[in-house]
Amino acid sequence: MMLRLSGVHAHYGAIHALHGVDLEVQVGEIVTLIGANGAGKSTLMMTLCGQPRASAGRIVFDGEDITRLATHDIARRGISLVPEGRRIFPRMSVLENLQMGAVLADKANFAVDLERMYTLFPILHERCEQRAGTLSGGEQQMLAIARGLMSRPQLLLLDEPSLGLAPLYIKKIFQTIRELNREHGMTILLVEQNAHHALRVADRSYVLQHGRIVLSGSGRELLANPEVHAAYLSGGHA
Amino acid sequence: MALALQQLINGLTLGAVYGLIAIGYTMVYGIIGMINFAHGDIYMVSAFIAISVFTLLATFGISSVPLSLLVVLLVAVLFTSVYGWTVERTAYRPLRGSTRLAPLISAIGMSIFLQNMVQLTQGARVKPIAPVLVGGVDLLTVDGFTVHLAYSQVLIIVVTVTLMAAFTWLITRTSFGRQQRSCEQDRTMTALLGINVDRTISLTFMLGAALAAVAGVMVTVYYGVVDFFIGFVAGIKAFTAAVLGGIGSLPGAMLGGLLIGLIEAFWAAYLSAEYKDVATFSILILVLMFRPSGLLGRPEVEKV
Repeated sequence: MMLRLSGVHAHYGAIHALHGVDLEVQVGEIVTLIGANGAGKSTLMMTLCGQPRASAGRIVFDGEDITRLATHDIARRGISLVPEGRRIFPRMSVLENLQMGAVLADKANFAVDLERMYTLFPILHERCEQRAGTLSGGEQQMLAIARGLMSRPQLLLLDEPSLGLAPLYIKKIFQTIRELNREHGMTILLVEQNAHHALRVADRSYVLQHGRIVLSGSGRELLANPEVHAAYLSGGHA
Repeated sequence: MALALQQLINGLTLGAVYGLIAIGYTMVYGIIGMINFAHGDIYMVSAFIAISVFTLLATFGISSVPLSLLVVLLVAVLFTSVYGWTVERTAYRPLRGSTRLAPLISAIGMSIFLQNMVQLTQGARVKPIAPVLVGGVDLLTVDGFTVHLAYSQVLIIVVTVTLMAAFTWLITRTSFGRQQRSCEQDRTMTALLGINVDRTISLTFMLGAALAAVAGVMVTVYYGVVDFFIGFVAGIKAFTAAVLGGIGSLPGAMLGGLLIGLIEAFWAAYLSAEYKDVATFSILILVLMFRPSGLLGRPEVEKV
């Protein structure tokens, strides 16, 4: 078992955002988390990284209890989060953003990894000297994903990678997610509003509602589930 | 003309010192958004360390100027960095995540504490030392006025320019510099990438203190006297320099320091030496009124 959450509660100030979440991710899986706005998806991702720390419950990664670890120590265990809202460093160049992503990585791998990101997202190569804040939303999203991959994480947490992207890019991002998983054996936990895409790419999925897991199963099962269909897929567009 | 040249030299010397101190204000503001009002007193502590070490070296009979300067610089930088670290650790870090006003008040308290500590342990009187670096060159004489360039002024300007170049390289080109800047932009994201943000903040305080330490040593060499209150005025002037250059901007702090030094020197020569501080603080008020983001600072509003 790579990641196991048991009974995790989290508070954002006075808001009780997670009410005892149980969730598991196996090595090499793509697991998706779907749910409406405000269901607590992003909070769950941030809580995994200790921002905020879980107020109750346990988070175990790779056999180690990481519930009380500092954020940077969690990252050092091999967990990389591509957060909601991209959070690139706007006053640094594209290249510097990627260098920041590689702080934990072996320096010997830097050139190879950089080349890989530039092949994946050629636009980043073109703009490598440009200030990241001047990129378009879609380009910033690609930069955020590339930055998250530069450390060669064992577990990649992706929070709405398709948000604000043109359909062409969404396709590309999901293609990339599949590739990373298949070719590099990267374990991925994905949060998506776009449930259609999310369920198709996933080995397993969880549905989060008001801070609680209400459904789980394989992507296929949930795609066929009438409740899921009504709540997250109706009027469904790819 | 000769007087103007002389004041240019004096102003640049003074400005170099203000610039070195201003960097500490601007970096700390950049990374945690607070004005470290104890920073001027860190500089004062360094001047006292310099005096003590100079005196100690003299009693051991070490008279080589370059050697004693080097030793004093090293000792002052070392001890003052520890002061910078301790101040952050004890007075600011416990208040992080509190209101914006809390660390500011804590900083003022720390400033008063440091002044009183030095006053109690070192005495309230002005402390002189034997001149360390004497002499200079006469550049030219016009109508009986001789333009004099002291060796201590050359030392201050050379050391400052070298340090600022090294520092600019550190911040813009190295991994530590990138981490420092990323903390300024988004601390949570920086932590998510595996960087120890607390450690980066501590190092920033230590670096700022180290630069103030160099300024303290330079001023001791230049004036030959210190007292426990020098940190207050120099601190507020360096703060003005940082605001004039654009608080948070590194080149701004350097430029602001030079400008404040020059303005002060020329004001003192041509208008009124007694009212030179009025000039500096009028600038502070004018900048805050008409250009709060300073000369090189960026406006607060930013595209997200």
